[in-house]
Amino acid sequence: MKLSQLKVGEKGTVKEFTDLEMSVKLMEMGCLPGEEIKVERIAPLGDPIAINVAGYQLSLRKREASTIILQ
Amino acid sequence: MKADIRVALVGNPNTGKSTLFNVLTGLNQKIGNFPGVTVDKKVGYSTLPDGRTAQVIDLPGTYSLYPKSRDESIVFSVLADRSNELSPDLVVVILDATNLKRNLLLYTQVADLKIPVIIALNMMDMAKKDDITIDVDAFAAKLGVPVVPISARKNEGTDQLKQAISFANKIALQEESIDVETIAPQLIARIKQDIKVDNPYFALQLAHQHETLTFLTPQQSSHIEELEKEYGFHSQKAQGAETIARYNFINDLLYDTVTQKITAEDETLSNRIDKVLTHKIFGFIIFLAILLFMFQAIFAWSAYPMGLISDFFVWAQSSLHHYLPAGPLTNLLVDGVIAGLSGVMVFIPQIAILFAFISILEDTGYMSRVTFMMDKIMRKVGLNGKSVVPLIGGFACAVPSIMSTRTIENWKDRMITIMVTPLVTCSARLPVYTLLISLVVPNKNIWWIFNMQGLALTAMYLFSLVSAVVVAWVMKYILKGRERGYFIMELPVYRMPRWSNVLHTMYDRSKTFVIQAGKVIIAVSVILWVLASYGPGKRMDNIAQKYKQPEFTALQKTAPDSVRRMMASDKLENSYAGMLGHVIEPAIKPLGFDWKIGIALITSFAAREVFVGTMATMYSVDGDAEKMESVQQKMGSAKNPDTGQPVFTLAVAMSLMMFYAFAMQCASTVAVVYRETKDWRWPAAQFAYMTVLAYTASIITYNILK
Repeated sequence: MKLSQLKVGEKGTVKEFTDLEMSVKLMEMGCLPGEEIKVERIAPLGDPIAINVAGYQLSLRKREASTIILQ
Repeated sequence: MKADIRVALVGNPNTGKSTLFNVLTGLNQKIGNFPGVTVDKKVGYSTLPDGRTAQVIDLPGTYSLYPKSRDESIVFSVLADRSNELSPDLVVVILDATNLKRNLLLYTQVADLKIPVIIALNMMDMAKKDDITIDVDAFAAKLGVPVVPISARKNEGTDQLKQAISFANKIALQEESIDVETIAPQLIARIKQDIKVDNPYFALQLAHQHETLTFLTPQQSSHIEELEKEYGFHSQKAQGAETIARYNFINDLLYDTVTQKITAEDETLSNRIDKVLTHKIFGFIIFLAILLFMFQAIFAWSAYPMGLISDFFVWAQSSLHHYLPAGPLTNLLVDGVIAGLSGVMVFIPQIAILFAFISILEDTGYMSRVTFMMDKIMRKVGLNGKSVVPLIGGFACAVPSIMSTRTIENWKDRMITIMVTPLVTCSARLPVYTLLISLVVPNKNIWWIFNMQGLALTAMYLFSLVSAVVVAWVMKYILKGRERGYFIMELPVYRMPRWSNVLHTMYDRSKTFVIQAGKVIIAVSVILWVLASYGPGKRMDNIAQKYKQPEFTALQKTAPDSVRRMMASDKLENSYAGMLGHVIEPAIKPLGFDWKIGIALITSFAAREVFVGTMATMYSVDGDAEKMESVQQKMGSAKNPDTGQPVFTLAVAMSLMMFYAFAMQCASTVAVVYRETKDWRWPAAQFAYMTVLAYTASIITYNILK
């Protein structure tokens, strides 16, 4: 399952990434394999989304969220 | 100022780094640019408890030493380049105590460069509120560095931090975090040997970043490239491995030193605010309301101080004319230099007000929400969620708006925003539009409530926004992005703005503008003044002779003002600017303009509003704002000497408005675009495309309406 498929309020645990370049940036921001992610909200126009990871909020575009594979 | 020790502040964005910088250095700071890039270089001085002076440099906030933007690339090059004059003796890493895990990643990277380091543990008060307990002593012992708990906002612990800076070691004593050499053992060994560096992490960073580091020679860089091929080094894979190893170290460290009470998942205040501010409907309404308020404030609040500034300069000009001996030197000083200076200073209120708002929006965390909400629409036209603020600010003035594009991290988005912002109807176009609209659009109401002149003006405003969006969309395909379009962005917790930061920003931006853009504007004003005051050969002398004839000396006694106005008009017509008006007439004839309008185009080259004043001089009337009607009457009754038809027909006036809508008639904007891009090709390209658009739009408008 991809992160982009979660609905608001749903949670998941990061398993792996499908995009190497994006994964480097995401991991630096604390979005590591094994971390729990919660979708906090979706922007009024449907994109981007805001997630809660490692105790803070991160926003990313749906296309970027689709590179995160959840367990 | 001479410094005894150089200190660099390093930290994640939103950790209170700038607040700490302001607290440490007070007003004793200087803002410049890092060479070659438009990244603010903030340097300040702080007196340490032992009486020594520390030079403090505030480096751009970053999540890691691997840069994702130009701002971030500064951090490693300042820390790494030992020959750089900014190369620090000591690094203060500022960590957000409420988000230690992510913050520590950057710390471990900096620590591994083996520069002496101190940790400033900020937001301790917030951590306490969140029930986070940090065993500071154990934490410091495990890392082997001094750790000072502070609260920069409340100015707590900063004295202890200064103390720690003055006691800092000259050699790095921090513990190893990860075993760097295992990431690329042979490559690191070879770089250490061949480039002569002793630090393994520095060697690894060279492998990653050698292409962009200016302190490496081209030979060194290509040698590193060859070594990478030889050992099959993959930069991103190595970064990923390093990051995971670092987080393993951090997890172990935090397990032993930090405890957080697990509280029930109740909604945080920040989350509840977000529910309203990023709401599907209210979110946009609130944003629109904030923009409107900002726009109104820039207009309304700046009117009074701007009036004071221009009144002051008018007073200064007339008193200098009075007290200084009459002559060309006095004229140059008063009508060239001081007039130019006035044109610079008059922008200060608008710049200060816009930056006060932007600083509040950034400080509170609302700006990231704006980006979050607007990203989808703005991305479609090649802009960024953050481009909204400069574009709306452009309605007041393009100058501060272009300066404010620094908040846009993505290079391409920022360039496009800079390129299209001057298209938005700024306040300097307003007098030009009102003058022309009142000439050709009847002052009548249609459908009871809509005034036709008001509608025409509104149409010009909307038209400018549409053209900015269309041009941005075209540029999206022309410009090549050098960075990948990321949108991975932290949404910081809402906080109250720090008023001292707001004041700092207002002051810094105004000062930067006056010093940087001021030079260009004054130079252009002086050139234009020379063009408008001097003419070739004996033309000016002839005019002086003409007005010494008995018929004028007689008139002088009865109506001195009208003689003065006639003389000014004659002088302008015979000046170099006047000649240029005649020279360009063939080029502007297809747009419906005569040579008189040509002169106004030339004199208003530095500032659009000058058009009104020049028209007043051309038609020998006093062109004060209060006496606009007399200019209107003269212009309205002006007849073409060849055809006998009125000069200002609907076609001409509309064509002229189109010209002013598109043409880059603003020296301040050109100067500020140069300052923000550090490359003359940008303002040149902007000037060129805007002139082409202006000419095309005018010619089409004129021929349709003719």
